[in-house]
Amino acid sequence: MPEIRNYTLNFGPQHPAAHGVLRLVLEMDGEVIERADPHIGLLHRATEKLAESKPYNQSIGYMDRLDYVSMMCNEHGYVLAMEKLMNINVPERAQYIRVMFDEITRILNHLLWIGTHALDVGAMTMFLYAFREREDLMDAYEAVSGARLHATYYRPGGVARDLPDSMPQYEKSKWSSQRKVDKLNQNRQGSLLDFLEDFTKRFPAYVDEYETLLTDNRIWKQRTVDIGIVSPERAKALGFTGPMLRGSGVAWDLRKKQPYEVYDKLDFDIPVGTNGDCYDRYLVRVQEMRESNRIIKQCIDWLRKNDGIILTDNHKIAPPKREEMKSDMESLIHHFKLFTEGFCLPEGEAYAAVEHPKGEFGCYLISDGANKPYRLKVRVPGFAHLSAMDEMARGHMLADVVAIIGTQDIVFGEIDR
Amino acid sequence: MNVQELSQALASTFSSQLQSNVVVQNDVYGEVTIEVMPKDALAVFTTLRDDAALDFDQLTDICGVDYSEYGAVEWETESSTNTGFSRGVEPATSARLRFGEDIEPTNSGRPRFAVVYHLLSVTLNHRLRVRVYCDSEAVPVVPSVIELWPAANWYEREAFDLYGIIFEGHPDLRRILTDYGFVGHPFRKDFPLIGHVEMKYDEQQKRVVYQPVTIEPRVLVPRVIRDDGRFNGPEEASAEAEKTDA
Repeated sequence: MPEIRNYTLNFGPQHPAAHGVLRLVLEMDGEVIERADPHIGLLHRATEKLAESKPYNQSIGYMDRLDYVSMMCNEHGYVLAMEKLMNINVPERAQYIRVMFDEITRILNHLLWIGTHALDVGAMTMFLYAFREREDLMDAYEAVSGARLHATYYRPGGVARDLPDSMPQYEKSKWSSQRKVDKLNQNRQGSLLDFLEDFTKRFPAYVDEYETLLTDNRIWKQRTVDIGIVSPERAKALGFTGPMLRGSGVAWDLRKKQPYEVYDKLDFDIPVGTNGDCYDRYLVRVQEMRESNRIIKQCIDWLRKNDGIILTDNHKIAPPKREEMKSDMESLIHHFKLFTEGFCLPEGEAYAAVEHPKGEFGCYLISDGANKPYRLKVRVPGFAHLSAMDEMARGHMLADVVAIIGTQDIVFGEIDR
Repeated sequence: MNVQELSQALASTFSSQLQSNVVVQNDVYGEVTIEVMPKDALAVFTTLRDDAALDFDQLTDICGVDYSEYGAVEWETESSTNTGFSRGVEPATSARLRFGEDIEPTNSGRPRFAVVYHLLSVTLNHRLRVRVYCDSEAVPVVPSVIELWPAANWYEREAFDLYGIIFEGHPDLRRILTDYGFVGHPFRKDFPLIGHVEMKYDEQQKRVVYQPVTIEPRVLVPRVIRDDGRFNGPEEASAEAEKTDA
């Protein structure tokens, strides 16, 4: 009789399925997980401490780098907390632009999630499909902010600039012929809104494609059904939010329950799972993509019909236009003060949360009246989800750990901060 | 449940039980905060979770706070001396600290360390903030709430790692975000922003070594507190918003 030993297995930090820099110490009994101990912090950049040393408006860009696949939603949480403390109103057009880009971001995030999750579980095609659509949405990011990933687009009191009238174009090069370039540029002839409208028309068919590949796929179901089951009570106790909580059957969505911006004026549904396993969370997220598409459509319609300012004209918070600065003394002073010193927030504390693609993203700001935050605490959804890894993985096989990491939609930028 | 109802529910629940030890603060920004002593914390949290009118079934966040520099400024703008206004270049705050230097704590009248809990009731749809001030500055201790909400596990480890706050009753209080073998608690205000040590590969010893930091701390924008009343009153803000919408 051979001696049976338990193994301690190091999973990551350099493992393609570890989604970045997760080091998972697994105690194994054969191929069954006895205990999972995630070691995190390998990407810790002390964002919160850095924010304490910078004026409020200079930290917006750091928020992009938290969850680096849903950039604008992070910014949204941060500017909402500031706006709460400042007690200012955001122009309605800016609110619609924010909501539209929040939903674009949600699709971006879910596309990356579905691509990588399926890739980890063994479906290569999904990855290629998802990145094809991500390209279009990142072009929308580029058109509006100049950056494809780290946009730094939201500002306290609105957004940085209005939606552009033209889209960036592909150019002819050694590798792409004029004919190919013309074809790529075909839907980029109009404004950003035209481009996005075209996208929203195409997108439901793409989601159908994903579902054809996965939803009834035997291998996909074998790998996800009944894996990582979390009961609704446990999900609440473990601090789950977003699709992780909804997958367990709790109809909780901040966009509906504690609406911010203009979500209460929009028509959309909240998909909810029943079993709380990886497959249900997959279904919830796929349906969320369709709902986001609906919201984007409504925002496009509104934005076409209504014009207006996109940034508050309170120049103590938002800079005046650059042309004004050249001729108007007052504007010059505002410009100078805003970009050298920033603005001071009144003393107090506020917590503002948004429904981030992964769950509840909250910013807790403590201000002592200075131009820098006294303390900024970022509440990220992934932190609570990953802390439940031990409970979710226990008793499963080693290969299921990969499925569980995938279903938790882990991004280390936000977990390690 | 709206904020007023929640405040009333809190007041009625805790009036009989723990009178003066629970301070219900007013609802600025539509948020309710209560302050609790560490010795009562566990009882209060249990009530918050189990009372049917409160029913806080989810712990959203735990946040450590170091109040030792609360209200400190690097640049005096209120009044000038006979040499003019200050230049905002004196080394005073944590952003400028060098290796081995200390900061001078401001007297904000509160204990140095606090733990702030954010609670959420998914069932009743309301939020609450609970602040627990630690009694001791040298060894800040608060009871662990891991038995009430398992989500507290990593949040408490994080607050311990970054602030050195000890959560009594936590079964596995290890560091979580900092490196293996890290010394100190980096989010404390007396921990320099540039850190204490840096790591490099030593050619002679053929291994990675730690040494005191060599970079200079610098502050591009001095910390300044201005109270010019620009955000005064919701009336002005709403008047401004009307102007904006027009």
